[in-house]
Amino acid sequence: MKLKYFSAPYLVWMVVFILVPLLMIAFFAFTNDEGRFTMKYISDVGQYANIFVRSIWLSLIATVICLVIAYPVAFILSRMEKHKQGTMLMIVMLPMWMNFLLRTYAWMTLLGNNGIINHLFGMIGLGPFKLINTSGAVVLGMVYNYLPFMILPLYSVMEKIDNSMFEAAEDLGCSYFQTLFRVIIPLSVPGITSGITMVFVPAISTFIISRMLGGGSNLLVGDLIEMQFLGNAYNPHLGAAMSLVLMVIILVIMTVMNQFDPDDQVLM
Amino acid sequence: MKKLFSFVSVAMLCMSMLASCAEADVSEDYEEEEEVTQQTVTIEDPDYYTRFKGKGISINVYNWGDYISTGADEGTIDVNGEFEKLTGIKVNYTNFATNEELYAKLKGGAASYDVIIPSDYMISKMIKEDMIQPIDFDNIPNFKYIMENFRNQDYDPENAYSVPYTWGTVGIMYDTTIIDIPKEDIDWDLLWNEDYADQILMFDNPRDAFAIAEIMLGYSLNTENEEELRHAAEKLRQQKKNVQAYVMDEVFDKMGAGDALIAPYYAGDALTIMDDNDSLDFVVPKSGTNLFVDAMCIPKSAKQKEAAEMYINFMCEPDIAFANIDYICYSTPHQAAYDMLDEEVQSSPITYPDQQFIKDKTSVFVNLSDEANQLMQDLWTEMKSAEDENVNKWIAPVFLVFCVFLMAFVLIRRHIKKKKDIF
Repeated sequence: MKLKYFSAPYLVWMVVFILVPLLMIAFFAFTNDEGRFTMKYISDVGQYANIFVRSIWLSLIATVICLVIAYPVAFILSRMEKHKQGTMLMIVMLPMWMNFLLRTYAWMTLLGNNGIINHLFGMIGLGPFKLINTSGAVVLGMVYNYLPFMILPLYSVMEKIDNSMFEAAEDLGCSYFQTLFRVIIPLSVPGITSGITMVFVPAISTFIISRMLGGGSNLLVGDLIEMQFLGNAYNPHLGAAMSLVLMVIILVIMTVMNQFDPDDQVLM
Repeated sequence: MKKLFSFVSVAMLCMSMLASCAEADVSEDYEEEEEVTQQTVTIEDPDYYTRFKGKGISINVYNWGDYISTGADEGTIDVNGEFEKLTGIKVNYTNFATNEELYAKLKGGAASYDVIIPSDYMISKMIKEDMIQPIDFDNIPNFKYIMENFRNQDYDPENAYSVPYTWGTVGIMYDTTIIDIPKEDIDWDLLWNEDYADQILMFDNPRDAFAIAEIMLGYSLNTENEEELRHAAEKLRQQKKNVQAYVMDEVFDKMGAGDALIAPYYAGDALTIMDDNDSLDFVVPKSGTNLFVDAMCIPKSAKQKEAAEMYINFMCEPDIAFANIDYICYSTPHQAAYDMLDEEVQSSPITYPDQQFIKDKTSVFVNLSDEANQLMQDLWTEMKSAEDENVNKWIAPVFLVFCVFLMAFVLIRRHIKKKKDIF
């Protein structure tokens, strides 16, 4: 096929900017300063297990919350009249036009002890509550920043489900819930899996959200990796080992999740 | 109607008075500008700077963010612009945010800089790793202005590699309206005071945080002793429950907005924050502190060493040094620039603490060994994520078992599916 040649630019891109860096990470992770093979750094990663677990845990929570919020939104969006859909989609995308840092920064002032939310609580005689510098704030930041990434794939899958499907289900005597669990959800599984991937992967490796909203004591893997490169102890080998372990963990989680896809599609 | 009229006329009068005040301000600023620009022309030895004129040379300068006078404020000098005008050398000026960023950039080898301005401990690290080169001080006659006590510091004992640019101390910024401890009684233990739990901010970098604990425990700020470092980490662990957040630049917002009451920070930045929030004050704790020096160096990889030296010399011109220090609010090691400062600033205990105090109670960072750095980093990470240690013992293995089970489930499911397909 001649069409193959059109993929050449991307192939080159992939080799130079994805494959080679990946190999370099692996190389750094398994060698020491003198360039000799060592397992030291990989095994050193073990002592940070609690931080890995926290990252996985928090990003899992964030992913689930995103899914719960996004699913009905995407469904309602997909059932709207066509011309309204465009406008609504734009509103969903709107926050993404703003700089990521700025959005997170804004939450800092909203959640602060003298922030707007606590101020409002104060007016009705409540609080102040400790909102910022908690793991809850980190999850909130993740949900806020990555929600559109969940809505969009869900929407694009649901948009293709024809209304006649629901009519057929109803004709065959499905209750409301049966329609949901036997028709809508199975049909939207590809959207769910790619939505989860698109939220979970960036959430697990974020570092700026945890730094700004977590008060520096809710360390995530991203912070840990950043510290190895830009911290006091410059240790790219340990940092590379951490990224490698993180990649393996993500890979495992993603393969497990993809098994729920009926067509065994690999959505990575 | 008459009343209204008189009200309006009074208002108008007030306005015009305000306007004239503003005008007066402007003209004053203007005069200042005149003065400053006149001063910049008085370069002692202009011939020195003309060597590279018309050769189309450019140098890359890598400095901290917001750490030079840019001429953006009225009446200030655009230092790089003046240099270009005087010498014909083009300055490519870029910023970094941390010493470690600078280090990673240089170590990576991709970038080439001619002048960099790292801090003390980073300078000693770079000397050790052969990343910066000795400066030819014959090309920097203005080095004579650098105060005696800022020469030959521990990080560069023979003063062969660096020319001090600014210095400052670390102290405690606190809210005077709520904390009613007399200023002279305030010491580092305020950061451990349980009465202000959850109102205390702390440095989010191990070196500065450990330094505070080390002062309190009476250790050297440059200790590499494992036991001492562990004690310091223990001290920081005790503090953790009172700490609202570990922050660096976020201090500006949090203290400025009154979200926190107490924070340790660098003197120059503290002054900037205090400009926004009147209820804040700054104290250099009497039990001692860290004195930091940022100094100009030339990396090994510099392509234009002589032009770089010319730039460093230019930065030490009295008028230029004054313009910079006036803009960035840190303290200057430059005698002539210091003499040009207002008396009020010269005697400020924040920017220029007592000489004797500096000599007896402050020390500069030098580079630690790789092992000590790694230990400090590990202790720091451990301390910061210590909170949920009891849970973690269980979660990690449980998670692994969970993963194994899931994988097993997946494999079995696939196996069954395959069988089904066969029939």
